[in-house]
Amino acid sequence: MPHLSKSFAIKARDYIRGGDVSIQIQGLLKTIGFDGNLIRRVSVCAYEAEMNVVMHGGDGTLTLIVDTEAIVIDVKDEGPGIENVELALQEGYSTASEEQRELGFGAGMGLPNIQKNADDLEIASEKGEGTHVRISFAVGT
Amino acid sequence: MTLSEIKEILKADVIVGEHRLDMMIQAGAGSDLMSDLLRGPKDGVVVLSGLNTLQVIRTALIAGVAAVVLVRGKRPGTEMIAQARAHDLPLLSTPFTMFTACGRLFRQGLRGVEQKPSQ
Repeated sequence: MPHLSKSFAIKARDYIRGGDVSIQIQGLLKTIGFDGNLIRRVSVCAYEAEMNVVMHGGDGTLTLIVDTEAIVIDVKDEGPGIENVELALQEGYSTASEEQRELGFGAGMGLPNIQKNADDLEIASEKGEGTHVRISFAVGT
Repeated sequence: MTLSEIKEILKADVIVGEHRLDMMIQAGAGSDLMSDLLRGPKDGVVVLSGLNTLQVIRTALIAGVAAVVLVRGKRPGTEMIAQARAHDLPLLSTPFTMFTACGRLFRQGLRGVEQKPSQ
């Protein structure tokens, strides 16, 4: 399988385009021909991570990396950072605005959903320093 | 049951996917919370939602749901219709509320995702 690395820009507060990058990633993975369940897990994580940037981050970049051993979703944003990562990983914890809740998000399930679907999740963030999320999935056996 | 039966039970208008009404629907889910819909596989599942935004369509596509029904007579915007059409995702609108729509489907034998026939 050829190595693939492709980056997509994510714009903060763009609720019209938000999620579009993940739909493109889902399409790419289908074209490559991965197993349906793996595609769903990667797509769900990409979407949750993308919407986190749209809602909470500043502008950001999502990079899809595919090689023979893993699929990686690498997301960096220039937002305010996560003050308490441990707390953010708890289901139900949310800092979403009323507007974001009206869109069906902000129930405090984004990062927990990513954690549930990923094989590995790394979060590097500090208040005022932006956030770097790296989500990995093992490919094949 | 088929999507066509769901259309009849819910007295729904088909906005996108008239040609896909013969598809089999295995189970139903009702939610306005997108992260709820992203939990677990949704193959063969019809999703009822009161949320009338592009994110319902994107969430449905990401989760792999079979069809979306908007409740309370909500009419989708042109971008929602375009996105559903681009991905061949059936999109319907029912005049019933979420509670009533779910009840009508359940009474006719459709069950929730936790009771899907294949599980």
